[in-house]
Amino acid sequence: MSDRGPNRPLEDTPAREAEEQRATRRIAAVFAVSAVAALGLAITYIAGGQPQVEGALLAVALGGIGAGLVMWAAHLLPNEPVIGEREPMESDEREREAFVHEFSGGEQQLVRRRFLTRMLAVAGGALGVAALFPIRSLGPSPGHSLTRTKWRRGSRVVDETGRAVRMGDVRLNGIVTVFPEGHVDDATSQTVLIHVPPDELRLSAQRESWAPNGYVAYSKICTHAGCPVGLYRTSDHQLLCPCHQSTFDVLEGARPVFGPAARPLPQLPMEVDDQGYLVARSDYTEPVGPSFWNRK
Amino acid sequence: MITRRIARWIDDRFGAARFAQTVLGKVFPDHWSFMLGEVALYSFVMLVLTGTYLTFFFSASGRQVVYHGSYAPLRGQHMSAAYASVIDISFKVRAGMVMRQMHHWAALVFIAAIVVHLCRVFFTGAFRRPREINWIIGLTLLLLAMANGFTGYSLPDDQLSGTGLRIMFSILLSIPILGTWIAFLFFGGNFPTQEIVGRLFVFHVMLVPGLLIGLLGAHLAILWHQKHTQFPRAGRTERNIEGSKLWPVYALRSIALFFLVAAVLAALGGLVQINPVWLYGPFRPASVSAASQPDWYIGWLEGALRLMPPWEVRAFNHTIPNPFFPGVLMPGIVFTLLYLWPFLEARVTKDREPHNLLDRPRDRAIRTAIGAGGLMFFLVLFLAGGNDVLANTFHLSLYAMTIVLRIALVIAPPVVAFIAYRLCRELAKGPVKPLQGPVGYTVRRTEEGAYETDGDHEELAGDEADVSASP
Repeated sequence: MSDRGPNRPLEDTPAREAEEQRATRRIAAVFAVSAVAALGLAITYIAGGQPQVEGALLAVALGGIGAGLVMWAAHLLPNEPVIGEREPMESDEREREAFVHEFSGGEQQLVRRRFLTRMLAVAGGALGVAALFPIRSLGPSPGHSLTRTKWRRGSRVVDETGRAVRMGDVRLNGIVTVFPEGHVDDATSQTVLIHVPPDELRLSAQRESWAPNGYVAYSKICTHAGCPVGLYRTSDHQLLCPCHQSTFDVLEGARPVFGPAARPLPQLPMEVDDQGYLVARSDYTEPVGPSFWNRK
Repeated sequence: MITRRIARWIDDRFGAARFAQTVLGKVFPDHWSFMLGEVALYSFVMLVLTGTYLTFFFSASGRQVVYHGSYAPLRGQHMSAAYASVIDISFKVRAGMVMRQMHHWAALVFIAAIVVHLCRVFFTGAFRRPREINWIIGLTLLLLAMANGFTGYSLPDDQLSGTGLRIMFSILLSIPILGTWIAFLFFGGNFPTQEIVGRLFVFHVMLVPGLLIGLLGAHLAILWHQKHTQFPRAGRTERNIEGSKLWPVYALRSIALFFLVAAVLAALGGLVQINPVWLYGPFRPASVSAASQPDWYIGWLEGALRLMPPWEVRAFNHTIPNPFFPGVLMPGIVFTLLYLWPFLEARVTKDREPHNLLDRPRDRAIRTAIGAGGLMFFLVLFLAGGNDVLANTFHLSLYAMTIVLRIALVIAPPVVAFIAYRLCRELAKGPVKPLQGPVGYTVRRTEEGAYETDGDHEELAGDEADVSASP
């Protein structure tokens, strides 16, 4: 016969008393373990702290109290279910009507002054509109920041350390992240420069001269959600965005071939200056990065 | 006796004795599934406690500094003051690491408990009249919890969270008409900005927690006023509630649960590493690591972004960008449907009566089927959020994996819904009634020596007839 639940004997038998004494001892022991762990926690802290030990001791200290209380509730408190009454939520009809009547009465007194209520609405509305203006202080106008980068005609191509890149610095099938000179780490200008076999490039007619000797440059910002398109697979010349796996064909003007990106990566027109340095022929000819409402 | 004196002193001033006495005798149901909301509540308490400690050491600034602290691999590197302070919390502040990891674990458990609690409420019909408003508040709490989770893990300004912020910027940017301005005003300019860490901090420690605490209070007050639902069983009706009294049994159990939740979080925080930002490095806009995964509750949105086909709307010189559909529209529809569910269901079933007795999921086959299908939808999206990890682990093609998941997203939810529907129908036919309890009634001898019986005889007789009639 179970000593818990509805079948528990109502009167205290000697057996039950012995059982309760055993439970009391067990619970006291659990609380004692908790206290020792808490003491250990303090000592650990004084000794310089150690995350694993702290976590374990804290778990024992807290868990000891929790376990002890669970045992207490299970073994030493009555467990017969009790039945509570539940009144219906709704008030009776008379009280409801009384409320509606009271409220409408007050409302009538206010609404009668129709001119005043209208002016109050005007004043409140005007205040609400005026209160919106400070939101404008939170940030600058988008202006041209989404459509232009720091690349200009003649900008030298430099790597992440600021060193200018010359023709021949990037081995065949190599890839470097580059910036316009003077703007290293500028997030919107980040560009990947890839050296591909020139005869394999299949760029459109107007872009034929944009990749001297197979040095082709694309914006590094994914046109999907803006992550850096950092992974380059040389076997099929594809750039992969690690965030959502948009994949772009480097040989075909970074046309998207898989994933959610709907636009090619913009291409930066490249040329070589008379000292052999790679320079931009202009800024990007279209906005870099993810699309936005005003983008054509 | 001291209790009496204190009680009298307070009652003299508030007259609260009658109310307080009913409070002590309030009956709470004993079923385990009613603990889920409490687990969420106590995780939140732990979040506030550990989070408060962290605010004393966190520097909410995007200002660039050079690190000279105790963690050798990062010494001499440029990073934001925020990132440097998180490294210090982890390695320099004594007990900082445990607090930080407990805080992060508590956030994961908090939202997990909310979601499971929501499932319990949904599948048992606990959202029906009179509890529609608490359903709405509960959903809002879930949204706020997710928002606070996201702002929280973005604060360290490490490489991983910076990538998350980059994606968030792009999602805001994708909103038609106002998106550009919303993104620029929220971030204080084009991504990346120094301002954003400070703003996220205000959201994370003040605005969102303030709303959370307010709505949590309302959620509990309404629950208290309306009393719990209960599963049907012999002796339980719409007009009563069976369980344990608040004082002392239920109070003791609930306090015990708090300590146990805290203990689990402490064990996780101390022994299971989470978000080791010192390994990710400070945020650099031109870098990203493969297999970037958000915390689990953002996984379904991440998956939706990944599964979305490359569609974009371009017309009249304007664009509706691709991330808008999976990142704004889809979750918008999902939460609108969830918010409206109690009202939609009442409209379809024409059942507008108050309900305090819960449904068994099998007895509401259509609701259960829709819920199961919905969960499958989230599961596929969640898996898609880690499609690169899955492909890598099981040596599958990433692209094949994505295509399979795209198809699964369309096919699996209706299939699961159909299976759930058939299963419910079969189970409901069977003789097993797990919530019915033992058939019979209790006979008690009263103090005067008379005998009285508990339970409703007619109801029991009906059940017995039902059981024997079943094949």
